[in-house]
Amino acid sequence: MKALRHLTMAAFFCFLLAGAMYMHGVGTPERTQMDDYFIKSSQEETGANNVVTGILFDYRGFDTLGEASVLFAAASGVILLFRRKRNEQ
Amino acid sequence: MSAIVKTVSAFMTVPMMIFGLYVILHGHLTPGGGFPGGAVMATAVAMLIAAFGLSQSDARKKDAFSLFESIGLLAFIAMAFVGLQSTFFANVLAGHGWIFGSSVSYGPNPGYLETGGVIPIMNFAVGIEVFAALSAVMLAIMLHRREKHD
Repeated sequence: MKALRHLTMAAFFCFLLAGAMYMHGVGTPERTQMDDYFIKSSQEETGANNVVTGILFDYRGFDTLGEASVLFAAASGVILLFRRKRNEQ
Repeated sequence: MSAIVKTVSAFMTVPMMIFGLYVILHGHLTPGGGFPGGAVMATAVAMLIAAFGLSQSDARKKDAFSLFESIGLLAFIAMAFVGLQSTFFANVLAGHGWIFGSSVSYGPNPGYLETGGVIPIMNFAVGIEVFAALSAVMLAIMLHRREKHD
């Protein structure tokens, strides 16, 4: 049983080592078409100098809607949890 | 809290609120936006609660913050529906010369406030929502603690 565990750990670390050896270089993406599109045209299309805001609130507006909804749900849950009990009023 | 803490936090509340509003309103020009700006403004409220404690009217204030939280999220969704004639979340105001509608060309520029289309309005709505939500959460927890200790 112990040998099996050691073998599993060894296989896992071999996998990690192989993954690290064959990892693609950071900072040199293979495909840059989408990045180039956002950098080139987001200023003219959204009118915002801040490209990150242009992506967050225009191209990826659904993502921001989800974030705002999550925050709303969290705040509503906390307010509901800490509400005043009815018989104490 | 002591008089020093009370004086300093009363003095610092206005700059913190103004800085949070600046981060929200310049969200389309500088790093920042509705989420961090609203968090900065809510921090000012947290500082006031920590320094001065609660007052008798804080239950009503919590309800008001809760209302503004809903208003912010609804305004954000309404601004998303404005662009529905093409797609959801379409930026119909950008580059059309109306409110926030100055056109921007590619490349560095000084950064003008009246650009961005619906993005500044959405940033403002999200900022109101984050500010009100975090403030309402803090007030709700503090009110609950006070009730438990009484």
